Amino acid sequence: MSLSYPLQVVNLLAALLLLISFAMLSQRRVVGLITLFAWQGAALAASTAIIAWSTGQHHLYYSAALTLILKVIAMPWFFYRIVRQLDVNREVESMLNIPTTMLIGIVLVIFSFNLALPISQMAGTVMRSTLGIAMACVLLAFLMMITRRKAITQVIGFLAMENGLFFAATSATYGMPLVVELGVALDVLVGVFVLGIFFFQIRESFESLDLKHMEKLREK
Amino acid sequence: MFVLAGFDTHFLDLAWAGVLLWLLLGFSALLAQRSKNVLLRLIFPLGGGVALCMAAIGLASLAASPATLALPIGLPDLPFHLRLDALSAFFLLLLGSASFGVTVYATGYFRSMKPAPLALLGLWYHLFLAGMAMVMLADDAYAFMVAWEVMALSSYFLVTTDHDVPEIRRAGFLYLLIAHVGAVSLLLAFGVMQGGNGDFSFATMRQAEMTPYWASVTFLLALFGFGAKAGLVPLHVWLPEAHPAAPSPVSALMSGIMLKTAIYGLLRVTFDLLDVQLGWWGTLALALGLITALYGVIFAAVQSDMKRLLAWSSIENIGILVAAFGLTLIFYTDGKGALAALTLTAMLYHAINHAFFKSLLFVGTGSVLHATGERRMGKLGGLIRFMPWTAWLTLIGVLAIAGLPPLNGFISEWLLLQAFLLTPGLTQPYLNMVIPVAAAAVALAAALAAYVMVKFFGVIFLGQPRAQALEHAHEASWPERLGMLWLAAGCLLLGLFPVQMIATIAPVVRLLTGQALINAGNWLLIAPLAAERASYAPLLFLAVVLTVLLLSFIWVRRVYHGRVRRADPWDCGYPEQDARMQDSAEGFGQPIRHIFAAFMRVERETPDPFDRHPRYRGDSRDKLWLLLYQPIARLAGWLSDQAARLQHGRIQWYLMYSFATLVFLLVFVSR
Repeated sequence: MSLSYPLQVVNLLAALLLLISFAMLSQRRVVGLITLFAWQGAALAASTAIIAWSTGQHHLYYSAALTLILKVIAMPWFFYRIVRQLDVNREVESMLNIPTTMLIGIVLVIFSFNLALPISQMAGTVMRSTLGIAMACVLLAFLMMITRRKAITQVIGFLAMENGLFFAATSATYGMPLVVELGVALDVLVGVFVLGIFFFQIRESFESLDLKHMEKLREK
Repeated sequence: MFVLAGFDTHFLDLAWAGVLLWLLLGFSALLAQRSKNVLLRLIFPLGGGVALCMAAIGLASLAASPATLALPIGLPDLPFHLRLDALSAFFLLLLGSASFGVTVYATGYFRSMKPAPLALLGLWYHLFLAGMAMVMLADDAYAFMVAWEVMALSSYFLVTTDHDVPEIRRAGFLYLLIAHVGAVSLLLAFGVMQGGNGDFSFATMRQAEMTPYWASVTFLLALFGFGAKAGLVPLHVWLPEAHPAAPSPVSALMSGIMLKTAIYGLLRVTFDLLDVQLGWWGTLALALGLITALYGVIFAAVQSDMKRLLAWSSIENIGILVAAFGLTLIFYTDGKGALAALTLTAMLYHAINHAFFKSLLFVGTGSVLHATGERRMGKLGGLIRFMPWTAWLTLIGVLAIAGLPPLNGFISEWLLLQAFLLTPGLTQPYLNMVIPVAAAAVALAAALAAYVMVKFFGVIFLGQPRAQALEHAHEASWPERLGMLWLAAGCLLLGLFPVQMIATIAPVVRLLTGQALINAGNWLLIAPLAAERASYAPLLFLAVVLTVLLLSFIWVRRVYHGRVRRADPWDCGYPEQDARMQDSAEGFGQPIRHIFAAFMRVERETPDPFDRHPRYRGDSRDKLWLLLYQPIARLAGWLSDQAARLQHGRIQWYLMYSFATLVFLLVFVSR
């Protein structure tokens, strides 16, 4: 079976997305994590643009542009600044050791490919085979949120999850309506700013961004 | 009123307009929160005027044919339906006439409040009235539940008017909790009645044919739900807490009127909405009612807080009402239509009587509370000298609730006992054996109620003041007196003109049981069913009582007046008497406490014999609270402790929960 040239590029980018997700899972440094996040955004923007070009779905160009501006430029810059300002310990502290996390990640990928099989058969888009990758990205990002301790890695995990969802939407139905995507983009932007304010507050209250200090907040 | 019969549909419009006016007054009270004058001289009196109009609408539409109305508000495809039939009209009459007196009273009573809380109170007060009126007018389950919740929530806020007192907050919470447990049960009852076709209007429910099994389920759910609102044992625990916590006019409304909405609901569901009635429902209601009546009156006898005493007495009266309801059901299902009509007449009569005399007593305690700042009867006494108006008007209420002729309480209890005694033999032999016992229980409850009222009036108003400060007690203000006068006049008129009143409520009785009470007497003489068995002429009775009183007064004046009266050295054993030598509230209730010790847990602190300033404290607690509610509370606490284990404070764990749920759902979906 031969695929058209743009579609082969999209599949390559999808594979790259998954690879970056694993790289994020194994990354030990916060700054490296931010760079990886920016690269993930770039791969996403590129794949969206190629899909827009090859299928003629013009609204996807806007989505791609939004992704590029927000996730490749604005947010990584914002995170770099926070890391510098808060002087976060550059080392990422993980709850599980990295090889175990990677193994769980592989299980998740197999799970989501298995899961996506019946769904992608129903979808009528050209790149339905990438749906499994998109879901794997979501679950891997979730896994990252679970296994990391720093507040900032949580936020990056959250945004990576949003990347996965975005990719899933594009591959299953050529993206959501533009209004919805604009709304989501705005939400993400506002969310990041609010979380950024929280970083400062958490830091002020606990002298650290480590979330284990928040265990004190529970009842009793 | 028959002249007006051509305006049938307009009565419902007018009643709905009254509800809207109450709502409007409530919200305008919020706008007027700077000026107490506007609130007390304009908004509350206008609310009272609306109440009077409601009473007039109720009275006028009693004999009219049912009218319905679909309002353009509510959910899409589910507009509010209203209906005004004889049953609604009777309860509107009850609501309007009693709340008019209470509202007039309230304009005087709330003068000492600050404007801002008063404005809030004005909002909830009028919402409460509007909610109760809507409950009586609602013709679909949705409108009914909305009105029911408006009523429950506004009364919760009224109860917690003084929310800076922890005990009052606790009482309010208990009330809210039980009200909502009851509301859930009602919701389920309506859910069963609509039978899955999704149409919640009462018109459809009337048409629906139910199997006896599902009808019984509905009845039990409704009995539980309405019982929680009415204070049926064992769901009564909120009542003695919430009634004393609320300001007195609010207690009067809650006890006098709100409890009746539950009775209204029971009648509506059982006789109107369900198409089958079973005899054992009546037996169950009769038993629960009698237990409630006796339980309530026994606890009323041992209270030493005057408002708490009245709250327990309300439980007793609700018990009598539910017992009458049960007896009506028994007669009705047994095919004894005339007896069912008699019992139902007695029940409705008692409902409106209780609205009047209990409101009167509650506002009376409000005046005492204002004048003395004291609710404990052990600190009161001799107030008849300082507050004659309050005392004499309260006396009318006391005589009425004690069931003494020629006041109204006598009529309904007499009619009810007649119904018990006239039983010519039901088809079920067991019931025939049980009913005389039930009659004895009602008589016992009535007698104990009289005992309780002697205690209530005697300890508060008679004897010597138990504290120095009581001598500065001031009389109630004029609006307060007017409100009490209205309620007392109601007690008197309902007592003097029973024949007319029975004719007025005949359409309700005919609507529910298919026939009205046969009065074998004439306009002066009331004789249920047969004149030769029992009859009563209140006006004649009053005339005889007044003549005898007058004659003995004259005789005493003529014979004894002017004679030398010698005082003996020992003065009948009372050479000196002070306030501490009088019978106290605790002392008066002591025999009851001894006889019925099994029902209560008594906590006592007895003073040391050598104590110079001896203090005695006795407190009788409800055993049901310990045996039923505390285990439930502990269970709920334990369950929430178990659930609290989920809370670690670790964000990673919380994420784990969502992650596991997500994966589980994905697996679930993909299968």
